Amino acid sequence: MLLEVRDLHVEFHTREGVAKAVNGVNYSVAEGETLAVLGESGSGKSVTAQAVMGILDMPPGKIGGGEILFKGRDLLKMKKDERRKIRGQEMAMIFQDALSSLNPVLSVGEQLGEMFVVHRGMSHKDAKLKAVELMDRVRIPAAKERVGNYPHQFSGGMRQRIMIAMAMALEPSLIIADEPTTALDVTVQAQVMDLLAELQRELNMGLILITHDLGVVADVADKIAVMYAGRIVESAPVHEIYRAPAHPYTKGLLRSIPRLDQKGRELYAIKGLPPNLLHIPPGCAFNPRCPMAQEICRGEVPPLFEVAEHRESACYFWKETLDAR
Amino acid sequence: MHADHSGREEAREEGEKARAPLATSRAGSAAAGGEPILEVRDLVKHYPLTQGIVIKKQIGTVKAVDGVSFDLAAGETLGIVGESGCGKSTVAKMLVHLEQPTAGAIKYKGEDITRLSGRALKAVRRNIQMVFQDPYTSLNPRMTVGDIIGEPYEIHPEVAPKGERRRKVQDLLDVVGLNPEYINRYPHQFSGGQRQRIGIARGLALNPEIIVADEPVSALDVSVQAQVVNLLDRLQAEFGLAYVFIAHDLSIVRHISDRVGVMYLGRIVEIGSDEQIYEHPTHPYTQALLSAVPVPDPAAREHRERIILHGDVPSPANPPSGCRFRTRCWKAQERCELEVPLLAVPAVFRLTESPAGHDSACHFAEEKQVVPPEGLLEMPGETAGETETEAEGGPSQDVDGENGPAPSGSTRAG
Repeated sequence: MLLEVRDLHVEFHTREGVAKAVNGVNYSVAEGETLAVLGESGSGKSVTAQAVMGILDMPPGKIGGGEILFKGRDLLKMKKDERRKIRGQEMAMIFQDALSSLNPVLSVGEQLGEMFVVHRGMSHKDAKLKAVELMDRVRIPAAKERVGNYPHQFSGGMRQRIMIAMAMALEPSLIIADEPTTALDVTVQAQVMDLLAELQRELNMGLILITHDLGVVADVADKIAVMYAGRIVESAPVHEIYRAPAHPYTKGLLRSIPRLDQKGRELYAIKGLPPNLLHIPPGCAFNPRCPMAQEICRGEVPPLFEVAEHRESACYFWKETLDAR
Repeated sequence: MHADHSGREEAREEGEKARAPLATSRAGSAAAGGEPILEVRDLVKHYPLTQGIVIKKQIGTVKAVDGVSFDLAAGETLGIVGESGCGKSTVAKMLVHLEQPTAGAIKYKGEDITRLSGRALKAVRRNIQMVFQDPYTSLNPRMTVGDIIGEPYEIHPEVAPKGERRRKVQDLLDVVGLNPEYINRYPHQFSGGQRQRIGIARGLALNPEIIVADEPVSALDVSVQAQVVNLLDRLQAEFGLAYVFIAHDLSIVRHISDRVGVMYLGRIVEIGSDEQIYEHPTHPYTQALLSAVPVPDPAAREHRERIILHGDVPSPANPPSGCRFRTRCWKAQERCELEVPLLAVPAVFRLTESPAGHDSACHFAEEKQVVPPEGLLEMPGETAGETETEAEGGPSQDVDGENGPAPSGSTRAG
């Protein structure tokens, strides 16, 4: 297994109290595999990824426990400079907002080349050639002429390609993409997702795709982990989860999105609001919004039940959820 | 609740009308029940591009909206979709008179509101209200919810006398599904979805006939979006509202709209009923746009043909000659460069009864089904085999030659 996150806990100490952003998350990614982490804002999907990358702001963030095994070694036990070597070389991250993630006062060529200068000890001249090569690879037209351009001179889609180029530069074995296409228009989103999927195949990388878009997930993922209030509530291979969700939250999400191929009348709506992380409801965090909630759901946090091989659901009534279609 | 059936029939009737050569009258109206309440004709908005700080020189114009026409019937929802920069929000702002058009007319019940001022304008504005995209910045953080929703009454005191306002605001809170006791709270005490409800309540305060909603749910979480969409649906049925619903999310637009207009670089390229646009699109841009939307069904990966467009939307300061889409279009020929295609029923479909016979601004319009018909995706179980994919139109089509084979889902099997 390329990456294994085991029982990870992350909390933020704020003036109002302790926000429990991640409460015992487990997931794993193999080489060449795409894991989609699905969740709404505040579900802890990005915080988990930041902990894996080692870019969590600490303080206020604090890793409360757990292990992050990358190629069998626990990242949380590593020294700072050891981790820095892994970051960029072996794992890289693509952010949602390319404009604020790129340095506005350095040309894209310099930023891409920097990867090779720092990690590979190349000369600046060679690094620039490498930068052009990378820009070609992510299909930026006229790469040679544009290598000296600054981020603001590129369109949103092109900037996201540069982000991808930068992440790919040192051919890492794991890429974490945090909402990589959310800020883009649909036609550009399709271009960027295709590029990402193609490069992933070529380099046989593991990909963690963090998103709230059930459509994007269905298009590219192999397996899904659905997060709610800092926990994984359901994980499954992609085909199965869409066909028959085993958690009421997943089911509600799937039913609540309008579809391109259907002129629906009334949409199913999950009642209520996502919980405040300072006051997560006792028991199952979804219970105040759940149509199936019983006494037991308010009392004890449900463990992950094995639904089938490679399928888990954190619901006492997963069987009923599966059956009631 | 929607006049779906009659709408479609009307659309056909309108299609017949469209055979008349005149360009203005066939803006794709499907007036469900007679006269449209809003007629937009050749609307243009150009912004000057200037250089210099002290001595300003105009060096060009940004053609944000460049000749948009459509009709809106009472109680109907017109969806407007398009990518960022296509001018859809500028259209919205002109409809509610937040921007003055450079040219063109917006007729509310026959009266051109772009020429109105003073008292007459104020009276019309009461009937056309707006719901904004961002529920965080469109509510004044220093005002209580009661003041925000009640503010329209300050401007139009004739709607509610002073003594009644508080009760009216509480009624409105109730209508949009918020607790009337929240009247003295401030916006920061609410979540995004609740704030959007406050914005909607403010839009409803003056009993308008038309609500222009600019991306009303795109800032909300997925599980909350459905709540707000349902609320908008319910309010329409309850108050007989007409919506101009602007969004980039094609699935939501399909859900809520009776008719849909697709915009590209300041123009409407295709307009028709939801069925015509989604199931029988004839403009290549609409087809590309629809095929790019990810469908939340992994089984669809293998079924769908994807049209991957090359490049980005050109700058509206310097739009391509002729057809504006030609720089990204796989069908483009010399004619597209020279001749601006008119928004009309394409000649090939003029004599057919087919739903493909709706307004489409393309010289080479042809029908192409890109959204799988309803039901196909519902198929449980594994993918239905490769042969079908082949028959349905082959693997994904790549528009840009140098892009190489565009990966479609089917190649991911390993």
